[in-house]
Amino acid sequence: MKQWFNSGKPWIWLTAGAVSVSLIAVIGLLMLIGARGLSFFWPAEIHQMEVRGTDGTVSTVIGEVYDTETVPMERLRESGVQLENYNEDTLERWLLKIGNREYVPLDFTWVLAPQVIKDETPADLAVLERSKDGNFYGYVVDVLENGNSVVNDADVRDVLQQRIDRVVELNEQASDLQDSEIGAINYALNNLRLERRSLELQGQLTSEEEARISAEEAQLRADYQVLEQQLFELREQASRDEVVMRDMRGVELTLPMYRMLAVHFPNDMGFFAKLGHFFVQIGKFVSDDPREANTEGGVFPAIFGTVFMVLLMSVIVTPFGVIAAIYLHEYAGKNAITRLIRIAVINLAGVPSIVYGVFGLGFFVYMVGGSLDQLFYPEALPSPTFGTPGVMWAAITLAILTLPVVIVSTEEGLSRIPSTLREGSLALGATKAETLWRIIIPMASPAIMTGLILAVARAAGEVAPLMLVGVVKSAPMLPVDGNFPYFHLDRKFMHLGFHIYDVGFQSPNVEAARPLVYATSFLLVTVIVGLNLTAIGVRNHLREKYRSLEH
Amino acid sequence: MAAVKPSMGASNYRLFKDRAARWGVSFGGIMVLVALLLIFFYLLYVIEPIFRGVEVNHVRSFKSPSEQVVAMGMEEQSEIGYQLTADGALVYFAMQDKPASEWQAGQELLRAQLTEQTPTAFTKTQPQNNRYAFALPGGSVQIVQPKFASRFVDGKRYTEPRFDGVNDDDILQVDPQGQDITKLAYEFDGESKLFAMQTVDERVLVNFIQAKRNFLSGAVELNSKVSDLPIVGAVDELRVTPDLRQVLVRQGNRFWVFDVTRSGAVRERQMITIDSRQYGKVTSMALLAGASSVLFGHDNGTVSQWFEVAGNDGRRYQFIRDFKVADSPVEAIVVEYFRRTFYTIAGNGEMGVFHTTSEADLYRGHPEALQAESLVIDPRANTLLMQTDNELHVFDLHNEHPEVTWSGLWQEVWYEGYPEPDYIWQSTSGSDDFEPKFSLVPISFGTIKAAAYAMLFAVPIGLAAAIYTAYFMSPGVRKVVKPTVEIMEALPTVILGFLAGLWLAPVIEHYLPGIIAVIFLVPLAIILFALIASRLPASLRTRFTDGRAALILVPVVALVGWLSFQLSPVFEQWLFDGNVRQYLTNELGITFDQRNSLVVGIAMGFAVIPTIFSIAEDAVFSVPKHLSNGSLALGATTWQTLTKVVLLTASPGIFSAVMMGLGRAVGETMIVLMATGNTPIMDWNIFEGMRTLSANIAVEMPESEVGSSHYRILFLAAFVLFVFTFAFNTVAELVRQRLRDKYSSM
Repeated sequence: MKQWFNSGKPWIWLTAGAVSVSLIAVIGLLMLIGARGLSFFWPAEIHQMEVRGTDGTVSTVIGEVYDTETVPMERLRESGVQLENYNEDTLERWLLKIGNREYVPLDFTWVLAPQVIKDETPADLAVLERSKDGNFYGYVVDVLENGNSVVNDADVRDVLQQRIDRVVELNEQASDLQDSEIGAINYALNNLRLERRSLELQGQLTSEEEARISAEEAQLRADYQVLEQQLFELREQASRDEVVMRDMRGVELTLPMYRMLAVHFPNDMGFFAKLGHFFVQIGKFVSDDPREANTEGGVFPAIFGTVFMVLLMSVIVTPFGVIAAIYLHEYAGKNAITRLIRIAVINLAGVPSIVYGVFGLGFFVYMVGGSLDQLFYPEALPSPTFGTPGVMWAAITLAILTLPVVIVSTEEGLSRIPSTLREGSLALGATKAETLWRIIIPMASPAIMTGLILAVARAAGEVAPLMLVGVVKSAPMLPVDGNFPYFHLDRKFMHLGFHIYDVGFQSPNVEAARPLVYATSFLLVTVIVGLNLTAIGVRNHLREKYRSLEH
Repeated sequence: MAAVKPSMGASNYRLFKDRAARWGVSFGGIMVLVALLLIFFYLLYVIEPIFRGVEVNHVRSFKSPSEQVVAMGMEEQSEIGYQLTADGALVYFAMQDKPASEWQAGQELLRAQLTEQTPTAFTKTQPQNNRYAFALPGGSVQIVQPKFASRFVDGKRYTEPRFDGVNDDDILQVDPQGQDITKLAYEFDGESKLFAMQTVDERVLVNFIQAKRNFLSGAVELNSKVSDLPIVGAVDELRVTPDLRQVLVRQGNRFWVFDVTRSGAVRERQMITIDSRQYGKVTSMALLAGASSVLFGHDNGTVSQWFEVAGNDGRRYQFIRDFKVADSPVEAIVVEYFRRTFYTIAGNGEMGVFHTTSEADLYRGHPEALQAESLVIDPRANTLLMQTDNELHVFDLHNEHPEVTWSGLWQEVWYEGYPEPDYIWQSTSGSDDFEPKFSLVPISFGTIKAAAYAMLFAVPIGLAAAIYTAYFMSPGVRKVVKPTVEIMEALPTVILGFLAGLWLAPVIEHYLPGIIAVIFLVPLAIILFALIASRLPASLRTRFTDGRAALILVPVVALVGWLSFQLSPVFEQWLFDGNVRQYLTNELGITFDQRNSLVVGIAMGFAVIPTIFSIAEDAVFSVPKHLSNGSLALGATTWQTLTKVVLLTASPGIFSAVMMGLGRAVGETMIVLMATGNTPIMDWNIFEGMRTLSANIAVEMPESEVGSSHYRILFLAAFVLFVFTFAFNTVAELVRQRLRDKYSSM
């Protein structure tokens, strides 16, 4: 035994244990996010439970089981819960999501397992997704058109599905109208206002100019009236139908159809129906706009904002990073300046990201952006154009932040290219620049690609600096739209990482939003892990390639 | 020849391109250095103004429009000033040339004689209330408020003095006995007024005139309540606080505080005799902005600050700090509208500018070699009007950030209303009288605490894992493990923070005994398993090699961890009477927050492990093989070789790994932002939260006003982070470079 200890074996195994712990942590974390994130899309069974309350009354609860917890009885007793005929140390309780937010005080309720008398999953229970007040759980009783039942002998489910499809279609038309055409008119009106102000500032606002602008404005307003009329008509049509539902209290409620988004009967679904629903839900999640203060709906604007910002950043960071790497590897001599630059690269990589945010806010937004406003957008002042956080400043700030990633990766790629290739090229009479441009950079391009992928992965996950230089919880307009000049770099944007922080920690109903946060996390982790694996793959491939070149 | 020429031209062009590329690329390389320097100097550039002193620049001088001036003031734009004279006149004058209005500096704009009688006494309210009162013969008081009218013509602002004449409400009989008043103090609060006065027969009176609005008619009814104060002899100074709750009386070095109740009853609260040997004879007195502190000027050229501190016998005024302002007696103390800055005039005409809370010595001297008699500050505190003899002097005042000093940021400060000096970070509040408290100590402490707990978790695991992976692990397994850990590094911290805050924190709260059990049981189980593995029959033993141990142990560790969690309620029942949280709070007196340092330690440790792992692994792996082979050949075991040869050689690399990890832990933002309560407390308790520099910036930066002290201090916090991490990273990098040179020479 003593000898075994002296041999150092236990310590070797302990160090091995550290690796195991790290592996378990990484894999466990990925699995946790995956399981929680994906289960959000899987249709959960709707339970109908009869619960005997502490005072003896029996009530019915309808909802999906959201969470299960084992609690010591001690803790419950302290909070004043008494249970007769129950003498275990711990008990199980379920958190039920009962929805119907406008009819119950809280849309979540705890149910203690011993209090449940009956627990069943009736096939007729419906889940209505609504654009306001969250899900509705209950039984479909009737479908009304202008107040009259239209079900007759048909299956009420089919009728409801048709009516919901119609309403969804109408709502989509209305929102298209509002976003594209009415949005364009508002944009044009604002541009006219700025044009007038600009002419006024230059002292060139002649009466002809004024008349021209006024005429254009009048034309736009007239167009607007027409569109508004169309919009009202669409809304009028959408509010024609209603649905009658029976909720868990047994009350029949008439709900307006125009708020409905979808209906499904999860207890009556087979495995493949559920699978289909699962993919439909995922599709909606990535393509829909958020609703209800970001706690429901999809994350499309956040995906779009993240991708757009990251692309913009790539355009900025790639040339700078590659040039710096080429300088360090091909041109720099072994002197103090080179050492300083290397230390600068290491430090740029090590400076906390929030410091970049502070720098970006102070230098880019207020100093550079403020000056740009003074020079080019005086007509919009005092409301800032570029002197306020926006997607361009976010991209530039993150470009500095990810610069070292590109430099390090590119330099590694350059150092793997055998020097015989350079010497060969130079010996044949090419200049150094030609050698670089024709031989070295093409060979290093996979390494540059790797650096860029890693930079993109880093930027997609970075939140702290973005909070200061341009991310908002809800951006009314995307940075790209149909209005000239199509790219609006001064606009604020939404970002997946910030979305997680905002919905998980700043939202009014954290409990309801939690699955959405897991789903968003899953999306973000998938993207970032995918990017990293690609980068690692490219890098390994590259190493193999040059290893064969060297021998 | 003709054939060569074009080729020469082409060659020149090619050489030019080559040279241009060289310059371009070098420029691009240097830009990296420029970027870093730009960050450094831009941060410094924003921070620098908070440490500047006061600048007092003379603008102009002109003759005073009136004599026997008792008070002066000016409006916000510093275009028009006014004087009140001893004979009861209000005189407005221009402070600058204004061609648009045909004004010249010093020109009298409006003179209003307020009263025909000769006033017997005069007083003014605190600056922000902007009222003045003359005592008229017969115990009545006339109140006056200088007013201005602004109008806009063609987008330009014109301000003019305004005087509506004296109304009946402005004259109040305050001494019911009709005696002349010799000393007067006055404050108002909406419609109620509080007067304190001494009459010629040396009675000291307090008259509380309370306005009551009649609910039906809406008419305001004034109720007067007069009380006598038990003070004998002539007093030197009387003051009333703007909340109308205290009357302060000074008679020589004796100082009384009287409370005034809402009904107007007056009660003595405290009487202090200011020790003249210790502090000097009192020559003047003033209420600081916010009216919580009293300043006394002394004949030895010091000013002492006193405010109420809660003690065993209630709140009592007590000496807090003093300032050496001059070498001659302090004649007058002038306070600002909102900030705790005060200005002094000494007997020899020397002027001084000081800030109480920050103990900042901002300015001392004779501007333009003038002997100041009186001075006044405008509401925005950027113009100073000084009177000497019969001349008025206008000065530009640059005093942007008096409340910030280096010592105030890093040392204990005694704030108004606090029982003792303390480190406090509290940047904003709803109230106007609020004084921001900027101590970087609690948030720096929070940063260190968070980093320390994270390192406590990350260093053992990260280093052990690195050593094992580099030295014992079989190459096949290593190929899988290294990328996995690299993935771990790439995980966005916002996800770690979110999981820590919303998943791990409740889990830890729920399974606290299980978590503690894991820390002890997992290493025990590993050693036990190793022991069992070594006792297995030889045929099985060959499968349990050191090289595969990490993978073999995964199920063991997972199982032990799962068991610990399952047994958590049992431990809880057995060791802590079924409720750990209550046990901690009641039995041990430890506060327990759900989002605490343990959560941060684990989550941030998770973020730091890959940094430490990859650098340390690199260092250990690249130790030249002939060193370890030599040691093994001489008969040392692998473990001996590792500890005595490999680790010693790689120790600089391991050091730099820890430094890099520390740098990352110090600057991490999202995890601490989401996994702690962000309360700026100073306590090492692992079950309480903290607020770090980085999280503080993330929380407060979006709402701080650009250019304010708060904004600049947040930049300072960022600068501190920058310098910290710069030091860590540079040291680590230099160590690593040296190590690389050493290896290559071996």
